[in-house]
Amino acid sequence: MKKMIDTDLLVIGGGAAGLCAAAEAAGAGARVTVIESDLHAGGQLVKQTHKFFGSKDEYAGTRGFKIADILLDEINSLGDKVEIRTNTTVTGYYPEEGFFTAMKGEEEYYRIKAKKTVVATGAQERLIPFPNNDLPGVYGAGAVQTLMNVYGVVPGKKVLMVGAGNIGLIVSYQLRQAGVEIAAVVEAMPKVGGYWVHAAKIRRLGIPILLRHTIVEAFGDKVIEGAVIQELDDKFSLIGEPRTIECDVICMAVGLTPTTELFWQADARMLYCPQLCGHVPYRDETMRTSHPDIWVAGDASGIEEASAAMVEGRIAGHSAAKALGLPVREESFKEYWTRLDHLRAGEVGEKIRGGICQVLVDGWEA
Amino acid sequence: MGCTCNSSDKEKLFCSGVLVDNRPGAVLPPQDAWEKKKGGYVIIECPQRIPCNPCATSCPTGAVVPFVDINDVPAIDYDKCTGCALCVAKCPGLACFVVDLTYGADEAVIKLPYELEPKPVKGARVKCLNRVGDEVSDGEVFAVTEPLKDHTTVVSVVIPKKLVGEIRAIKVVC
Repeated sequence: MKKMIDTDLLVIGGGAAGLCAAAEAAGAGARVTVIESDLHAGGQLVKQTHKFFGSKDEYAGTRGFKIADILLDEINSLGDKVEIRTNTTVTGYYPEEGFFTAMKGEEEYYRIKAKKTVVATGAQERLIPFPNNDLPGVYGAGAVQTLMNVYGVVPGKKVLMVGAGNIGLIVSYQLRQAGVEIAAVVEAMPKVGGYWVHAAKIRRLGIPILLRHTIVEAFGDKVIEGAVIQELDDKFSLIGEPRTIECDVICMAVGLTPTTELFWQADARMLYCPQLCGHVPYRDETMRTSHPDIWVAGDASGIEEASAAMVEGRIAGHSAAKALGLPVREESFKEYWTRLDHLRAGEVGEKIRGGICQVLVDGWEA
Repeated sequence: MGCTCNSSDKEKLFCSGVLVDNRPGAVLPPQDAWEKKKGGYVIIECPQRIPCNPCATSCPTGAVVPFVDINDVPAIDYDKCTGCALCVAKCPGLACFVVDLTYGADEAVIKLPYELEPKPVKGARVKCLNRVGDEVSDGEVFAVTEPLKDHTTVVSVVIPKKLVGEIRAIKVVC
């Protein structure tokens, strides 16, 4: 493995946070390389057909996939400052030598040396165990969105959605838009976890949301033919009679976990933080981790909405550019934090705020 | 949001996304003014504090009172609302509606957001749905527009006046 590429700023992950970090740093004059494992940049944005929340600054009222286009246009407008390498996975970080390894497809393998790095690797879907969850027809919500909204393929005819967070609610709506029936949404908690308006919008289309319910098992001969659901009491013990739901798809939207392998390899200080949905790196206000040359942004820093991921990307890109010695607009940093604070100020942001205060440090010793 | 989640069946229903009773962020217009107001007034059903303000920033007259905090729930200044329905088209939560009570003696017009296929056409009969998707009446499509040219259509439907507090969606029947 001889090939080595050099860059000022390496951004790992070309999703909402990574693209914003790249645009921000390149805007300040940095030479940026973005590594994206998918065939195209945009991350989860490209699957989001619904209009985003937030304010104008976070493109509120614009559909997610359009936001990906807007960010790529911004990057393209900066000339050749940013190189996006798609179909490429960062496979490791070697702290002693100070380089990352990357693999394009399954053919090409090379090393990357960067002065600074923003890790914006996003998150992975969780699954919950139940008998027969290995039958064809059990999907993660991300897979359902990719099939439908990227490739135009519906996953089946009738879906049981597990989880009423924003993803479960939004994907239920998108399935309905694609003409797929939703048998029910089951949610173990006593209230929907996502925005109330997302729930209201599917309820009025006749989709039931069964709170304090869970999936007990799936059944089917060779593929999913149905599921058994049951009510839960306030200690999450099964109560009442099990009920059979006929469906050919079980869609799991039971949460995400930050993707953090590279931080572990870099020996960054980590904390298990339930409010942020897993292990996440400690960071200062500039999103710099305990590793002086590595920043974090987006879901890799804790599970949150894409609007917050984009602002975090801006902060990390801004700070990394500054650390490269480039002139940055100092006021931007304060503006970005004001936006983040606003996004997190609501009822749904309460959990996030509780998590952030555990992992935010005043600064790192030089 | 004042949600206790185990107090009553009503609250349970609310916690699953069904509006029960008026509450901050989800109120009906004042009845007297509403009955006389040509073009109707906006009804927003957004009772949870979330970081979102396009209803206010897209309102051309300031009728959706500008937010102090982006997490504010919407409040309406009915003196300023023209019933233009721009917020109906803009709201990411599809939570804005306009209801005009001046259409007829027993009929009203509701403007609601619609993002499904097939799109309804002018003059078509549709099924009108309440907040849990039950068909509660028939309605006649009065107009179909796409104000922001972004695939959210605003459908105007003639509905029974007595059901303006219930009907919040339509089902297109072919």
